[in-house]
Amino acid sequence: MTNIFNYLRNHIPGRQIVIGVPYLWFLLLAAIPLLIVLKISLSEMESTSVSSMISWTQGWPTIKLNFASYIFLSTDPLYFETYLSSIKYALVTTIICLAIGYPFAYFMARSPKHLQPMLLMLIMLPFWTSFLLRIYAWKTLMVNNGVINNVLISLGIINDPIAMMNTPFSLLVGMVYSYLPFMILPLYANLSKLDVRYLEAAADLGTSPFRTFWLVTIPLSKAGIIAGSMLVFIPAVGEYVIPELLGGPDTLMIGRVLWDEFFSNNDWPMASAVAVVMILLILLPMAIFNKYQSDQLEAKS
Amino acid sequence: MNKAFGRAWMVMVYIFLYMPIVTLVIYSFNASPLVTVWTEASLRWYVALAKDSDLIAAVWLSLKIAFFSALMSVFFGTFTAFALTRYKRFPGRTLLSSMSSTPLVMPDVIVGLSLLLMLVSLQHWLGFPERGLFTILLGHALLGTAYAAVVVTSRLQEMDGRLDEAAMDLGCRPFQVFRLVTLPLLLPALVSAFLLTFTLSFDDVVLSSFLSGPGYSTMPMVIFSRARLGLNPTINAVATVTIAVVSIAVIASSIYQSRAERQRKREVAQAYSDANQ
Repeated sequence: MTNIFNYLRNHIPGRQIVIGVPYLWFLLLAAIPLLIVLKISLSEMESTSVSSMISWTQGWPTIKLNFASYIFLSTDPLYFETYLSSIKYALVTTIICLAIGYPFAYFMARSPKHLQPMLLMLIMLPFWTSFLLRIYAWKTLMVNNGVINNVLISLGIINDPIAMMNTPFSLLVGMVYSYLPFMILPLYANLSKLDVRYLEAAADLGTSPFRTFWLVTIPLSKAGIIAGSMLVFIPAVGEYVIPELLGGPDTLMIGRVLWDEFFSNNDWPMASAVAVVMILLILLPMAIFNKYQSDQLEAKS
Repeated sequence: MNKAFGRAWMVMVYIFLYMPIVTLVIYSFNASPLVTVWTEASLRWYVALAKDSDLIAAVWLSLKIAFFSALMSVFFGTFTAFALTRYKRFPGRTLLSSMSSTPLVMPDVIVGLSLLLMLVSLQHWLGFPERGLFTILLGHALLGTAYAAVVVTSRLQEMDGRLDEAAMDLGCRPFQVFRLVTLPLLLPALVSAFLLTFTLSFDDVVLSSFLSGPGYSTMPMVIFSRARLGLNPTINAVATVTIAVVSIAVIASSIYQSRAERQRKREVAQAYSDANQ
């Protein structure tokens, strides 16, 4: 008997609990909710609630799928344009972040070793102060009678204020500003581990610095480029707060459409259908990112 | 590449990152109700803030939610990290690892919508939970768990597994190993995870908007609804106060962490030298 108790005490807890607790947590809060979104996207709105998918006729369950939301989604060109423009803004944001962030991470990785922790901390610090307040600050800077225009006018560079707010420009400034650290951090992590001997070897073999950068540094930092780009692109596609505060009526973003379908039109099936298509759009970049991450973990272990 | 060019590039990026924050702080001391026109220095917006009972109530609610959701995040995040680093093979491991990264990569609007629809269905079946503090807490804890798991995982991976084995060889039970060896070594990571998830929760507006019920407005929700209407100097005052608090907390925690790290290294060195004698 005591053997059995010992066995139970040594074997039953531990592993099962350690795996079971997070499993249930994420199943309930991450996986099931996404399935419910899928389910509701295939229902229709009945006054205040969503129609139930399974109805019972003569003791048999019948499943009724309603594709109305998806049909509407594919026939109304507004949705298509919005998806396209979300991807466009996210792509432009990613490219600008890469163009600013890559040289930055490169120089940061080459700066004196004792300065690097501080430089890194300075990149992370804005992240600790409210994202919302920082976006709001850009509004203060970019409105017609805002700080940037006032400074430019008082310096005599321009006579009339430049209309920056509520344009694609202000939207992109806000997006690049918010997501730049997400690009810099993985790039820096990657570039700081780059073996300098490769660069020296290239130089010894007579390669020009520019060609070395292009043929050695960039290919070796591919993993960092992919990670950074995905960390910027994926959340940027679904961004809601930045277009709402800095964008204009003609800067279409899908996150805003989802929000309006849900909060203004109270159309849950439509909001769910918009979400499902959005997930399908970011599935490919997400798969690339996950593969990269698991490769990293494997390389580590 | 040219050194001067590199330095100039870095300075430009730092200016870009800090200009909005600095402007917010400067203009919080501006007397003019026009946010963007500087007249003279004044503390009137701080006085207005102190009288703004809506905003103060929202700050308290946000602090409460941030504290408890950060605790929950660290708890579940640590479990997730252990499950994924200590057990390399179990059925559904891939599912767990992709579920745990879902909240990191999904846009906030989708996480918010899906959680709300789940909670509404749950309420439909069980009559529970009512939308309000608890539902916001759950949403923030889900997001936080994903981040906490990343922080704790990276620490677990660089930890020396031999210490655990040594404790087991000396007759510790698994839970004792955890309590006496793993947990103390993990503590700095748990502190960073707590601070990170606290900040994430304190900052979130999208999840809260989906998950809150009538009468529950968090600080970011109040700020967001005011910022949508236009510029409001009280927001600058709130921003300055938060920035001050956060800077103090970040500096204090980094001092604490570097001290703890030095202490740990000293103890390890001491232990090695004791062992060699």
